[in-house]
Amino acid sequence: MNAPTCPSFKAGDFKSGITPIWCPGCGDYHVLLSITKALAALGRPPEDVAVVSGIGCSSRIPAYTNCYGFHGVHGRSLALAAGLKVARPDLTVMVMSGDGDGFSIGGNHFLHACRRNIDMTYIVMDNRVYGMTKGQPSPTTEPDWDSALSPGGTGLSPFHPLVIALASGANFVAREFSGDIKACTNTILEAIRHPGFSFVEILSPCVTFRPDEKEWKQTVHKAIVDPTDDPARAARRIMTDDGMNTGILYRGNRKPYAAQVSDEVGDIKALEQAFAL
Amino acid sequence: MAETEANSVSLAILGSGGAGALTAGGILLEAAGKAGLYGMLTRSVGPQIRGGEAAALVRLARDPVECAAERYDLMIGIDWKNADRLAAEIPLSPQGLIIADPESGPVPEEITASGALVVEFPLKQTAKAISGGRENMVAAGLAAALTGMDIEAVRQVIRTKLARKGDDAVSSGLACLDAGIKGAEKMPRSYKLNTTPQSDRDRWLITGNEAVGLGAVRGGIRFAAAYPITPATEVLEWLAPALARVGGALVQAEDELSSINMAIGASFGGRASMTATSGPGLALMMEALGLSAASETPVVVVDVMRGGPSTGIPTKSEQSDLNIAVYGFHGDAPHVVVGPLGVADCLFTAQWAVHLAEAMQVPAIVLSDQAIGQARAVIDRPADLSFFANRRIWQGGDQDEQEYARYALTADGISPMALPGTPGGQYTADGLTHSITGTPSSRMSDQKAQMDKRRDKVEQFDYGTHWAEIEGDGDTVILTWGSTTGAAREAAARLRAEGTDVKLVALRLISPFPAAQLLQAIHDASRVLVVEQTHSGQFARHVRAHCDLPGEVRPFHREGPRLIGPAEIVIEITDWIKP
Repeated sequence: MNAPTCPSFKAGDFKSGITPIWCPGCGDYHVLLSITKALAALGRPPEDVAVVSGIGCSSRIPAYTNCYGFHGVHGRSLALAAGLKVARPDLTVMVMSGDGDGFSIGGNHFLHACRRNIDMTYIVMDNRVYGMTKGQPSPTTEPDWDSALSPGGTGLSPFHPLVIALASGANFVAREFSGDIKACTNTILEAIRHPGFSFVEILSPCVTFRPDEKEWKQTVHKAIVDPTDDPARAARRIMTDDGMNTGILYRGNRKPYAAQVSDEVGDIKALEQAFAL
Repeated sequence: MAETEANSVSLAILGSGGAGALTAGGILLEAAGKAGLYGMLTRSVGPQIRGGEAAALVRLARDPVECAAERYDLMIGIDWKNADRLAAEIPLSPQGLIIADPESGPVPEEITASGALVVEFPLKQTAKAISGGRENMVAAGLAAALTGMDIEAVRQVIRTKLARKGDDAVSSGLACLDAGIKGAEKMPRSYKLNTTPQSDRDRWLITGNEAVGLGAVRGGIRFAAAYPITPATEVLEWLAPALARVGGALVQAEDELSSINMAIGASFGGRASMTATSGPGLALMMEALGLSAASETPVVVVDVMRGGPSTGIPTKSEQSDLNIAVYGFHGDAPHVVVGPLGVADCLFTAQWAVHLAEAMQVPAIVLSDQAIGQARAVIDRPADLSFFANRRIWQGGDQDEQEYARYALTADGISPMALPGTPGGQYTADGLTHSITGTPSSRMSDQKAQMDKRRDKVEQFDYGTHWAEIEGDGDTVILTWGSTTGAAREAAARLRAEGTDVKLVALRLISPFPAAQLLQAIHDASRVLVVEQTHSGQFARHVRAHCDLPGEVRPFHREGPRLIGPAEIVIEITDWIKP
């Protein structure tokens, strides 16, 4: 529970010595690099940052950082993080997830985390596939993507995380591409600094099960718009983009969730008195 | 008038939801408490939100009341709408009295079958004659007079309770009460306590759900996550303002998957944390409870059990979540399960559970149930307890010390926990099998070392004498747990009064099972009656899986909603030991 200090940190200060289990060429390496760079730029020491995750390739990230981490159960990282931030408002809380963990099994928590607007940063590494279980379609997978589990494709419309986030009340909405480390670092830093619930979707290719996503390097493009605090404008912008538009697309000004635990201890005897006859 | 005197009197006020039966019962109990009596108010209600059948069941006595009555002396029906559904839970004594309003139609056969005397009294008409009058207050007057209550105490409670509704409400309430008292004069039967009240003792009026909440806060809980579920919601509703007053916070979650994870997250941050739920919610929490066990992040879950399986009977009681609480985790996940032995003990057991969870860094499940959770009782002011969340915290190390190992193997299996914000203590709490530093591992050696550690910390812990309440002596043993303890204790007292020596052993610690302590306590038993409120005998099987009980063993169990009462336990024992 240290006060923020201002020594200069390097990205390396936020990295642990553990070797990631990711495949060579995985976009998540770049996300790891970007968050460590963003945290170094933030200027808080690693012990004042908590990185919380669920289950999946992307959710392995906490142990690869030198921060406090919690690698929880599948889909529930936002709930873990909500409890942590309310209990410890002094910490910088980062939640790391993937498209399966965050949008499928954790979909309901996503909606309510946006509504609740607790001051934290939610980064979803979207590779449009379940990688850890070796290639099944996720909520963001294209309807005709063929797989053993859904031969010929799911036939289902992909989930649109940014629209959902906006509609549910997220206070900051952005999309980035993992390969653009500079832009990712900058957007993550902005997301952390923005009060309330910040959501960043990072397109992070799975080179093993979705080799086609190597093309993303060519197809992503910067949003040619300024950030807006008007949800209607942001919604139009996001609804009509091609899914490859990157940048900070919405910055709201809703008040963050207020309840928090303090070190003060009130008078428990006064609570007891209510029961006395 | 035929006047019956007894050690306890029991009355039931029936009325469809909104008629105010529960309010009337609450006023009578509080007044009795103020006048120096003990008592308990239980409620039997249907599932309807408004307008369903409801009964306030009040039992008053000179000594603390720990279980609902099994024979009712007096029943007042404000109306009989769907009352037949409750009849089996409110058996009337043949010497009992049923007061029925002729406007409400005939008394259901299920109720008159008891043989109790039916007398008509115009409750509605009487109330109507008084401006702003309500029939539940007339019923309260009848009940107060027929049970010989201190009327001034009843008046006092009505004045306080109705004060916020204005002076008119108070005066019409009092007028209705008086009309009821007057009506009682003509009643052919009455039921008085044959004892003088003990007004000198310091007492509380509290429900089991409130007591669990207070125990948790006294134990150090400062964070709760909540998802409403019957019959546990009152725990959370009590905690919401209470936590705010002691510097804590309660967050309403979107579901139980979220509430348990929120509590675990807050605990990781160093705050003693909890949630409360019932069977269906506990089922949803099982995966995360495994995470709490594996990552050694303490959390307390209060399960106020109700009739199961599935949605079951949400408003009524059973003890049938024992299996899921003890055995519902996937993998081997040592943890603690405790059960409060009555309304008053909800406070003790919840406070103890916080202490156990925090000291051992484990999940602790408190198995309360509807019968005690929603019962309101007059109890002696509970003692101050020394239990407080006392987690072993890593305070930071020297520069030249080795790397901090969150899951270091220690003599007692408990490893100092670094809290976020502590320099040098960074680790990742993980549900994956891990090494001593928390690094994910699939090595056999790590799996074994960490599993042994987690087992040892729970099995080697000193639970002191709190594992059970033991009373009396004799080679006949009543073995029970949780809320059925009240009935078992009363049965044992009656048996002793009849000259039969009985030892009562009521387990508070359900898991890890205190086999050695139990066997020591009952080694010379020749008969053991295992009492519980389940259909299948979950507790009996749990006990016998852990130890071979001495002597002859008989399970005695039944599903809810009719609570196991003292008389049937007495009969079970008497028939058994008959030469």
